Amino acid sequence: MEKRVVFRNNVLPYILVAPQIVITLVFFIWPASQALLQSFLQEDAFGTSSAFIWFDNFADIFTSEEYLGSFRVTLVFSLAVAGSALSVALLLAVMADRALRGATIYKTLIIWPYAVAPVVAGVLWFFLFNPTVGMVTFFLKSVGIAWNHTLNGPQAMTLVVIAAAWREVSYNFLFFLAGLQAIPHSFIEAAAIDGAGPWRRFWTIVFPLLSPTAFFLIVVNIVYAFFDTFGVIHAITRGGPNYATNILVYKVFNDGFINLDLGGSAAQSVVLMIVVIALTVVQFRFIERKVHY
Amino acid sequence: MKHLRMMKMTLAMVVLMVPAIALSAPVTVNWWHAHGGALGERVNGICEGFNKSQAQYQVVPTYKGNYADTMNAGIAAFRAKTPPHILQVFEVGTATMMAAKGAIKPVYEVMKESGLPFDPGIYLPTVTGYYTTADGRMISMPFNSSTPVLYYNVDMFKKAGLDPDKPPVTWLTMGEIAKKLVAAGASQYGFSSAWNGWIHIENLSAWHNVPIGTKANGFAGLDASYTFNGPVQVKHIQQLADWQKDKVFVYGGRTNVGNAKFSSGEVAMYTESSAGYAGFKSTCKFEFRTSMLPYWPDVKGAPQNTIIGGASLWVLKGHKPDEYKGVAAFFNYLSKPEVQAEWHQGTGYLPITLAAYELSKKQGFYEKNPGTETALKQMTLNKPTENSKGLRFGDHAKTREIMDNEFEAIFAGQKTAKQGLDDAVKAGNDLLRKFEKANK
Amino acid sequence: MMVEHRPVLAFITHAVLILGAVVLAFPIYITFVASTHTIEAITKSFPLVPGGHLVENYLRALTVGPRDVGATVGTMMLNSLIMALGITFGKITISLLAAFAIVYFRFRLRMVFFWMIFITLMLPVEVRILPTYKVAADLKLLDSYGGLIFPLIASATATFLFRQFFMTIPDELCEAHRIDGGSPMQFFFDILLPMSRTSIAALFVILFIYGWNQYLWPLLITSDQSYYTLLIGIKRMLDVGEGQAEWHIIMAATILAMLPPVLVVIFMQKQFVRGMTETEK
Repeated sequence: MEKRVVFRNNVLPYILVAPQIVITLVFFIWPASQALLQSFLQEDAFGTSSAFIWFDNFADIFTSEEYLGSFRVTLVFSLAVAGSALSVALLLAVMADRALRGATIYKTLIIWPYAVAPVVAGVLWFFLFNPTVGMVTFFLKSVGIAWNHTLNGPQAMTLVVIAAAWREVSYNFLFFLAGLQAIPHSFIEAAAIDGAGPWRRFWTIVFPLLSPTAFFLIVVNIVYAFFDTFGVIHAITRGGPNYATNILVYKVFNDGFINLDLGGSAAQSVVLMIVVIALTVVQFRFIERKVHY
Repeated sequence: MKHLRMMKMTLAMVVLMVPAIALSAPVTVNWWHAHGGALGERVNGICEGFNKSQAQYQVVPTYKGNYADTMNAGIAAFRAKTPPHILQVFEVGTATMMAAKGAIKPVYEVMKESGLPFDPGIYLPTVTGYYTTADGRMISMPFNSSTPVLYYNVDMFKKAGLDPDKPPVTWLTMGEIAKKLVAAGASQYGFSSAWNGWIHIENLSAWHNVPIGTKANGFAGLDASYTFNGPVQVKHIQQLADWQKDKVFVYGGRTNVGNAKFSSGEVAMYTESSAGYAGFKSTCKFEFRTSMLPYWPDVKGAPQNTIIGGASLWVLKGHKPDEYKGVAAFFNYLSKPEVQAEWHQGTGYLPITLAAYELSKKQGFYEKNPGTETALKQMTLNKPTENSKGLRFGDHAKTREIMDNEFEAIFAGQKTAKQGLDDAVKAGNDLLRKFEKANK
Repeated sequence: MMVEHRPVLAFITHAVLILGAVVLAFPIYITFVASTHTIEAITKSFPLVPGGHLVENYLRALTVGPRDVGATVGTMMLNSLIMALGITFGKITISLLAAFAIVYFRFRLRMVFFWMIFITLMLPVEVRILPTYKVAADLKLLDSYGGLIFPLIASATATFLFRQFFMTIPDELCEAHRIDGGSPMQFFFDILLPMSRTSIAALFVILFIYGWNQYLWPLLITSDQSYYTLLIGIKRMLDVGEGQAEWHIIMAATILAMLPPVLVVIFMQKQFVRGMTETEK
């Protein structure tokens, strides 16, 4: 995963990375390290009294049943979100790439959800699936499915997965389509002349060429499912019913931002970051090695 | 030449006017609040009224998102040393604010230092009690307060052959009436509820004069513990769970998302904040009324009085004395009977002073709007006891969430009411011990 | 890019696309439908076809909603636009340069920098909001466009994407350029930048939407209403506490707020395609 051909210059690379590094240091690393320091402190919300308590916050979360349960829920949730968003997007992108007629209309309709603000998206799905006035609930009832995600855990999980994956399908679609269209026609034609059918052509030629895009999207989707989905949970289930959708990042957001337990919330984000960094390193080491360029 | 003369004149005018402006420039008081929509307009209206009433101070209201957003904005600003003067905080944040002694300036202190007249006796004790120390000093100024009441659908009562002038008074009659409503096909379910923890634990306890926790519901110290797994609460919650089978009760979800169940006619009766009145008025296409919350007649001392929810105004440290004087002047304006009466009548929130209540009566507001007085009657039914003054537990927002989760386990049949409430009390007490440790 | 014509395949293609488009666009359609009805119609029964209150609702969304906020729609639109474009161009610029340095140079701290940037993917702004606010306040960025833009530029998505893309560019191009005696910056401007057009177009769309849809950060650091963005207006209509949310107006405002990002998506689609055909030659 390294370039063999590089430029030699002792000053230029530093100048080039400087803007990004400065912004990152000032607006990310510094505030984040402050937040992480918090994980060793016991402090009131306003920061007027503060005590260093070593690993007490960590001990607290790891002895909390709610927190440990949240791990299992997160695993199911992120796999479901990333898996469904990626596979549906890939399927649609391949089809849109094939379609000769109406391609623009399809593309526009598929991309549209991406323009919806996350804060509104949660509200929208909540509305569609409202146990009382929701339209989808009404439809489900008429085909004999009793929908009540306020008491039924698996239904609540299904709903938040759909709502979280919805925008992500559009996002992934955008990338897969761009990746597909970048594949030279000649490759495909050559394979077709050799007698390879569309199914084989896809797996032997198209898919390997898409792998850098897919790798990027896997990382982005997992990070998205891990970190950016608390808005959806907050708008739809608030972690319920009975902790069925209480994913880790919702707990971080809820304990820190809503309930103002800054130390406990910071300790949780440290754990969360370690988990995702570990996941990413694994991906880098094992997946990227196999990825074709 | 003409230009030059003009310029000179203008210059002279500016020079003359500068000191005048400097002298009369009003002191700015920033108020960060959490009211969007129509309520936000009313907040702006109150500030405009105050700004027009005098020239010394200028209150600038700023909308900062919902309660959580606003509280975080205030905390972030305080930590960055740019706090607003007044911050609106929801009732479950009360203990957090009170514990942050280095950040807040108690209202009684602000009023005393300002030298302006301040009589704590004019306020409704059941409203201000929530925000007052054990020895009676006001810490924060109540702004929007409400209490839960029973809403019922008059059309459905008539359809089921029930007398709409006789709403259920006890939970026993509540069950009977609900069964009749369902049997007559008037509604799908008997009743549902918003804010389950607030209504069916906290208010249920106060209404039956049983404690929610030790140490006078937390007022007397940080070492309080929850005790809401007592026989009254367990019996009530178990009854709700059992009633699901007969369609007497249906779970409405968290917060007040179940309101649609009442406005769409799925249920005939509904327990919700008195401040939900305006909302129902605009969404319900049928006649509805309110009455006091039902009670269990076998519990001695019931009905007592209910407690409030909502938000209050906190004064933050870090400002100049004349600015605090502005805050005090604004709080006095806010407590005026006319201002309070208008806010109360326009929003469904409770008035904070006795005079505003009297004024609304005199204006004939309650006669013209039947049902709007229910909340006040219920609040003032008896002199508040240790169990019905309110509650003050650290991290209580989180405990409400624990209650929600346990309710869901109970209503889904995964736990009995006893198991669920025991677990909630245990988890809640862990939080209290943590809060106690952090705020020694 | 269909190589051969098989009617069955064509049928499946269109069937999948129609199904996908319908399912994905359905919530948007419902939003639009809801924005053309009265509040009673929406809360009583969810209508499926547009109603007759389109003009009325949209006029109210444009006038009354923002009146509560204290800023006009024009101001809020302009602020959203400035913020979205500032974030977009800022992020693309610094990411292109950083990715170029990390892929095409060997220097000390290279991997440190890479991980330092990469790690920013992993902590949402809500978790570090109090200290970030403190930094913004110390730098006197409260109530300013700089405060709206800079803290949101600190994210790795774009750098990571450009890195991935640069890795796919054949080494021969760089080799040839060096043999011709070209400088690194010439390579960047003459070869890398034109080749990155597709990625830049895709990122433009993504970052514009990201910037446009921010609400928590702008809400937090602005007290001066002249810096309010459109999403704050919508959020305000949602936050009614115990009151009744005006769903028909909120839906209308949502559709209005959706238009600029959607226009960007539709417009940039053509850019995409043009970018593709150019790289294919």
